[in-house]
Amino acid sequence: MSTAIALPTFEDVIARFDPVMGMEVHVELGTVTKMFCGCSTAFGAEPNTQVCPTCLGFPGSLPVVNQMAVESAIRIGLALNCTIAEHCRFARKNYFYPDMPKNYQISQYDEPIAFDGWTEVTVDTADGAQVFRIGIERAHMEEDTGKSLHVGGATGRIHGASHSLLDYNRAGIPLIEIVTKPIEVDPALAPAVARAYVTELRELIRALGVSEARMELGQMRCDANVSLKPRGATVLGTRTETKNVNSLRSVERAVTYEIRRQATVLDAGEKIVQETRHWHEDTGETTPGRVKEEAEDYRYFPEPDLVPVAPSRDWVERLRGTLPEPPAARRARLQSEWGFTDLEMRDVVNAGALGLVAETIAAGADAAGAKKWWLGEIARTANERGVGVEESGITPAQVARVEELINDGALNDKLARQVVEGVLAGEGSPDEVVAARGLAVVSDESALASAVDDAIAAMPDVAEKIRGGNMGAVGALIGSVMKATRGQADAKRVRELIVQRLTA
Amino acid sequence: MSSISRDEVAHLARLARLDLEPDELEHLAGQLDQIIGAVAQVSEVAADHIPPTSHALPVTNVFREDVLRPGLTADAALAGAPEAEDGRFRVPQILGEEQ
Ligand SMILES: [Zn+2]
Repeated sequence: MSTAIALPTFEDVIARFDPVMGMEVHVELGTVTKMFCGCSTAFGAEPNTQVCPTCLGFPGSLPVVNQMAVESAIRIGLALNCTIAEHCRFARKNYFYPDMPKNYQISQYDEPIAFDGWTEVTVDTADGAQVFRIGIERAHMEEDTGKSLHVGGATGRIHGASHSLLDYNRAGIPLIEIVTKPIEVDPALAPAVARAYVTELRELIRALGVSEARMELGQMRCDANVSLKPRGATVLGTRTETKNVNSLRSVERAVTYEIRRQATVLDAGEKIVQETRHWHEDTGETTPGRVKEEAEDYRYFPEPDLVPVAPSRDWVERLRGTLPEPPAARRARLQSEWGFTDLEMRDVVNAGALGLVAETIAAGADAAGAKKWWLGEIARTANERGVGVEESGITPAQVARVEELINDGALNDKLARQVVEGVLAGEGSPDEVVAARGLAVVSDESALASAVDDAIAAMPDVAEKIRGGNMGAVGALIGSVMKATRGQADAKRVRELIVQRLTA
Repeated sequence: MSSISRDEVAHLARLARLDLEPDELEHLAGQLDQIIGAVAQVSEVAADHIPPTSHALPVTNVFREDVLRPGLTADAALAGAPEAEDGRFRVPQILGEEQ
C-alpha cells in the first residue's frame, strides 16, 4: 500500500501524542519433541514427515504434555520475575483455518503458567544509558501451527491464490507466548525501548538454553501493539497489532511507522480501526489485515483432553536453581573481566556480538582483539550482506585462531585482515585461507635482511637522516620494505633490522 | 424467554463456517435453547461452595518425557487426504485473511 498523504515526521508526532506499546513475543522451544506428541521438532525436514495422529488431529488421538516444555516455560517465567501458577489449565482456542488440522489450537487462556513479572532493558540516550523496567503480563504455553503455501496468487500471498498446500511438521511445536504490560515511556524513546526489550528477551531465552531464538528462522516472532493518545489524555487510544515483525531492526521501524501512520489518521479526524496489520520489511510499511476478532469469538474453553498442570513449589524452586546469571549481571561481570569502558561494552551489545566476543575470548583471544574483529571487519561485512554478525560466516574459534596467528608472528595486521576477509568469503578456515592465498609473513630472515639492505641503498638520504638520529624517518624505509614484500613482512622485525643497521 | 437468540445462533454459525438457511436458524435456536435450559439446572443445585469443575478426575501433572516416538510417513499421513500435492495437504482456496 502506498499512502498518498505524506506521514508527519516522528518528531512532530511525539511532540503531540503519547504512544503506548504492548509486545507479544512467541518463542519456539528447542525441545526434541512437540508439545503434545513425540514427533520431532527438527527444522528443515521434508513436508509432513514429522507428523502423527495427534498433531494431525486424527479422531481418537490424545495429547500428552511434554514435561521439558513445561520446565522451559517455568524457567522463562522465573527469569522474567513472574509468579508461577500453582494450578493452571490448557484451553481450546477455536478457529477455522487449515494451519491447525484440529480446528482448534491448544493454548492457555485465563490461567497462564507464569504471570506478573518484569525485566529491565537498557537504551542509549543523549544523557547516557537509561534503564527501563518492562512489566510482563504473562507467559503461557501453546502449540505452533502448520505452514501454508498459497499457490496461484502473486508472491505466495493468500489473495488471488487458487489453492493452498499444508505442511504440518511445525504444527504442535511448543511455543511460549510472552506478553508485556502496556509500555509507556518517553515517547522519543518508544521504538528504541521496544527493540531493546526484544533484544533483551532474545538474550535471556538463549542464556536459558530453551531456544536458539533465531528470528530469521521464525524461532522467535514478534507482534507489536501500538496505540496513541493525545498528550494529556488519560484514556487509551484504539490499538493495532502489527504482525510479522521478525528482526530486531524491524521492531524499531515497525513501531515508528505505526506511530506515524496512526497520527496521520487521527490528524485527519478519523478513527483508528482495531485490526491486525502486516509489516512489510521491503517497503517499511504496515498494511491492514483482518479486523481483530473479539476474544470471545475464539470460544475458549478448558481442554478436556489434558489434566491441569500444578507445579509443586519444590519443583519450581529446583528450576529456579538452574537459572543462568541474569543478562544484565553477566554483562557487568564480563565488562569488568574484559576491562571495557561503558561505551565499548555498549557497542558490543548493540552489535549483537556479546556472546560471540565472549566465545572468542574463551577460545583464547584477548578482549581487545576479539572486539576489534567482531565490531570491525566482520560487522561491516555482515552489514553489507544485511545479516546479523552471527551469520557472517566466521566462528568465534576462527577469529581466535587469527589472533593466535598474529601473536605467533605468522600474520601481521594487514595479512590478518585478508585472512578474515577470505574466511568471510567462504574460502575456508583461517589456516586454509593462509595456505591458499599464500599469506604468511616473510619470516625468512635472510630474505628480509636483503630487502632491508635494498631499501637502505635505494633511499640514501632517508638512511642518512636515521643515522643522524631522526627516528621519525624509519617509517619511510619500513614502507618501502613492506611494499617490496607485498605486505607480508612483520613490520616490527623490519624496524628492528633497520635500526640495527643504521644506528649500531 | 429463550436463552439464546436467533442472531446469536447466526453468529455461532458464521464462526463455525456453517451456511444455515433462515428456517434452520430458527429450528436450531429452539433446540439450543432446550439444551442450555437442561444444562442450566446444574447451576440451581451448585451452591457457592462448589467450584466450577472442568475436569472430572482429581489428577494433575500427567507428562511424558521429551523423547522421540515414531510418527507417520508422509505417504501414510496423506493417505486419507482428499487431495495432496508435493507431499503436502492440498486445500481449496482459503477465504478471508491470513491468520
Ligand atoms: Zn505428532
